[in-house]
Amino acid sequence: MVDEVILLDYWPSMFGVRTRIALEEKNIKFDYIEQDLCNKSALLLEMNPVHKKIPVLIHNGKPVCESLIQVEYIDETWPRENPILPSDPYQRAQARFWGSFIDKMLPGLGKLMWGVKGEEQEAGKKEFVEMLKMLESELGDRTYFGGETFGYVDIALIGFYGWFDAFEKYGNFSIEAECPKIIAWAKRCVKRDSVAKSLPDSEKVTELVPELKKKKRVQYKESLLFIHGCIWNCESVLFCSTCEPTHGSVCFTFTCISLSPAGL
Amino acid sequence: MAERSEEVKLLGMWASPFSRRVEIALTLKGLPYEFSEQDIANKSPLLLQSNPVHKMIPVLLHNGKPISESLVILEYIDDTWQHNQILPQDPYDKAIARFWARFVDEQIYVTAMKVVGKVGEERDAAVEATRDLLKLMEKELVGKDFLGGESLGFVDIVATLVAFWLMRTEEVVGVKVVPVEMFPEIHRWVKNLLDVDVIKKCIPPEGEHLNYIRARMDSLKLKSV
Repeated sequence: MVDEVILLDYWPSMFGVRTRIALEEKNIKFDYIEQDLCNKSALLLEMNPVHKKIPVLIHNGKPVCESLIQVEYIDETWPRENPILPSDPYQRAQARFWGSFIDKMLPGLGKLMWGVKGEEQEAGKKEFVEMLKMLESELGDRTYFGGETFGYVDIALIGFYGWFDAFEKYGNFSIEAECPKIIAWAKRCVKRDSVAKSLPDSEKVTELVPELKKKKRVQYKESLLFIHGCIWNCESVLFCSTCEPTHGSVCFTFTCISLSPAGL
Repeated sequence: MAERSEEVKLLGMWASPFSRRVEIALTLKGLPYEFSEQDIANKSPLLLQSNPVHKMIPVLLHNGKPISESLVILEYIDDTWQHNQILPQDPYDKAIARFWARFVDEQIYVTAMKVVGKVGEERDAAVEATRDLLKLMEKELVGKDFLGGESLGFVDIVATLVAFWLMRTEEVVGVKVVPVEMFPEIHRWVKNLLDVDVIKKCIPPEGEHLNYIRARMDSLKLKSV
């Protein structure tokens, strides 16, 4: 039986990139279907009814949601070519730990990119840089997080690289100045076909940001009303990002100022 | 069974759902382990050294090597001791189990915390939001004895957070977040869990647990019943 593999995705998504890379690493042919997140397709809503978000991997009609879960699924379903997770249980645990850590960078990034200028943005930048430095320390002088082999943790983090230019522009800082080894590592990763094919164009991502900022305000208002029925309940609200669900914390936090009618 | 001597130590906390789920897994596998109660307010050098990144429990030490994060620990236990499997074998079923485990921890837990942490209208909103999430779990239980199917599995172990923490907090907070009329399947599932020896053995004793929750809320200056 020929495998049918479909990926519902959104081109700039840091999470979709992970799944694309994993599929490319395994040389799996797949149909990429670009999603309009302002106008979600019937297929997306059917395949991810819980979160209604991309990426969604559909293998022979069965959906798998959440990017790191998809990466493990791909590794387990097509185990022979280019293993993604190590075979040793302890090393696998370390890889999963760092994968989970990388996802915890999202709240900081949310504040940096979409937060209120000033204190909130600065706090987001600080959080992101601190965490990136921990990752840099973990990488050390190795070629990849997996050692000599490109693997799970590399895949988990490299998706963010497509957004580095945007982070730097909006955060007004240099990632290379803070974490030179991470930039060197990223450049090594980009030399891999799977990564080069999958990463979005950094310039196009940065150009997209003002448009996304406008859209997020509209989406935020709608989701607030849906979740709480009260537009003024802005503290620690779960915000529906365009891509992944929140990871143990709010993704993007707005203060009362940005929620006022004038702001929306 | 391994031939060399296995040293398994758990740095945990008796009232933590994340620590208890590791104990459930170790007990299901019949693995002897040393439990070391940690004082979170006054973290031990061993804890700080074993989990320098997050400085949190639970941490599993296997022959001295630390593993942190409860979901990572559960998978490590299943990968290392392969009898009495906790996760399904089939990659698709495994992916679904992992999805629901993350749903419990990242959605239900985060939202339910606000029931405890907020008051008035904000608490009402949190109760509504938690119920919306639990309705999805309710649907998953239709026609099944456990979230894992016929027997206790990965998602059940993770979801003990709902059965024995969220539902116990109802008593202390004075709000029925999970009424039986709305969630008959969840209530049936909790009864099924209580019939399982390992669960009975590994969950915190109810009286002590409720007292602990009340004391925590008082110390955080939150209203308790």
